[in-house]
Amino acid sequence: MMDGTAGDTLSGEQKIRNFNINFGPQHPAAHGVLRMVLELDGEVVERVDPHIGLLHRGTEKLMESRTYLQNLPYFDRLDYVAPMNQEHAWCLAIERLAGVEVPRRGQLVRVLYCEMGRILNHLLNVTTQAMDVGALTPPLWGFEEREKLMVFYERACGARLHAAYFRPGGVHQDLTPQLCDDIWQWTEEFPAVLDDLEGLLTENRIFKQRNVDIGIVSLEEAQAYGFSGVMVRGSGWAWDLRRAQPYECYDEFDFRIPVGKNGDCYDRYLCRMWEMRESTRIMRQALEKMDQCKGDPVLTRDGKVAPPRRGDMKTSMEALIHHFKLYTEGFRVPEGEIYAAVEAPKGEFGVYLVSDGSNKPYKAKIRAPGYPHLAAMDHLSRGHLLADVSALLGSLDIVFGEIDR
Amino acid sequence: MSEALAELGDLIATSQADGVSDFAVANGELTVHATLAGIVPLITWLRDNPACQFTTMIDITAIDWPGREKRFDLVYHFLSMPQNQRVRVKVAVAEDEIVPSIVEVHPSADWFEREVFDMYGIMFSGHPDMRRILTDYGFRGYPLRKDFPTTGYVEVRYDETEKRVVYEPVKLVQDYRLFDFMSPWEGAEYILPGDEKKEA
Repeated sequence: MMDGTAGDTLSGEQKIRNFNINFGPQHPAAHGVLRMVLELDGEVVERVDPHIGLLHRGTEKLMESRTYLQNLPYFDRLDYVAPMNQEHAWCLAIERLAGVEVPRRGQLVRVLYCEMGRILNHLLNVTTQAMDVGALTPPLWGFEEREKLMVFYERACGARLHAAYFRPGGVHQDLTPQLCDDIWQWTEEFPAVLDDLEGLLTENRIFKQRNVDIGIVSLEEAQAYGFSGVMVRGSGWAWDLRRAQPYECYDEFDFRIPVGKNGDCYDRYLCRMWEMRESTRIMRQALEKMDQCKGDPVLTRDGKVAPPRRGDMKTSMEALIHHFKLYTEGFRVPEGEIYAAVEAPKGEFGVYLVSDGSNKPYKAKIRAPGYPHLAAMDHLSRGHLLADVSALLGSLDIVFGEIDR
Repeated sequence: MSEALAELGDLIATSQADGVSDFAVANGELTVHATLAGIVPLITWLRDNPACQFTTMIDITAIDWPGREKRFDLVYHFLSMPQNQRVRVKVAVAEDEIVPSIVEVHPSADWFEREVFDMYGIMFSGHPDMRRILTDYGFRGYPLRKDFPTTGYVEVRYDETEKRVVYEPVKLVQDYRLFDFMSPWEGAEYILPGDEKKEA
């Protein structure tokens, strides 16, 4: 309905008004619970006002009344598409503030699973974005691979999605040799699946018509609007925290950073596809390196932030006390503040942690990469057609778990 | 690493003497303490100075210290992609003070300032669209303040007779359970059973 009071029968002198529509909160292309109020002039978007917060759960408030370890599972529930990458930022923040060393094998397992998370995320994003612009087959093919990866998640930690696997000081449990072999096997098969997906999309006429030259981001805009991750790389700047500010043991790995040329939706798609190939390479390198340190601990065993071994608890009183203290009082983090960021699949995911020296964080701020990306939606979609909004939204890689927190 | 940060901090403190009260390097991070009035010129300078080039705004948040005279710390994080360095800018803000908005300098600050307003009730002057962002339409109170209860004040349910969602004051069937596991030997502030006899 036109929102004007003038009847529809008026001709020439009819007052032309812009049309306001609600995009979401129940819209398949809104990628979650996003309500966007679009002001349209015909089919051209004049203004976008995203209303967020429909999935707000008050994570940051809840975290203030829980111990550091109890807070870890909240991070799975932020960007639930790549849960372990979020946990990683939380663990890094604690480790840097408390000065905890992670054993080498633990670092390698983390890298392995972070890259797995990146593939999980990109598979979901690339294929559902393709679905938003009209392709049905890619999500079916992509989700089959996602399923395999989630089985690897499950075999490592017992949960397909909400892993709680990374712990301050390492990872919870070591991987079985069989699991490592199966992941290796998967990395050999996966590039062929990517080739198939590319065959469906990369030169597809409809896909290109919907994505090329849509939502162009210049490098100046990318900085002014606080973009990170693929949103910057798609515009041609090889900015990657894994390379620029290496954390964990990423500086040992040989990988390339794909960049786009035009900064449009299509270039971002190409970047994501290429990043999956690079992630597969990193996973293989991590598996090779893990082969050289079989049987080494994956979790620090100082007893102050991570629990002792079960076997030790049977014989050692001290281990038993450590275990009891860790799971009741929790560990304390020295007073101070830290900002720890990781290159999550969507961009820079950061945790700003303020500790008052007790067993609970005084303040924790989660910096989600999708938040500034969605905030720029108004700027990016102005002047585009209504149909481009869903292509652009898909290309921004929005997940509401992390934006609403 | 920390020497380079100290040098950078020195540069900022000397060039922007009006806006900066102090700087510190801790845990490999540079924190600049700024004054409320000088925040916009300082951040503009940080963005434009060739040695700084903090062109990306990463985050704005606040910390609530209820016992302090100036109750809030407003915390800005900036990243310089060209220089590959980070800086944190901190400003102390009292409850009734209004902070100048930096939307003109960094357009990305728009939603972050709205969030700070939503969560802490800090007002920003010159912001184009100061609405709540994450909380419900018509929400009251500022959730991340330390005096706001974790349970909130209202709860919602669907009312069958009115055929709509209704808001009611929170009714808990049991007390909100907040376990305090702080060790009684290390600074916990409660009286152990039996301790009260000591005075008598």
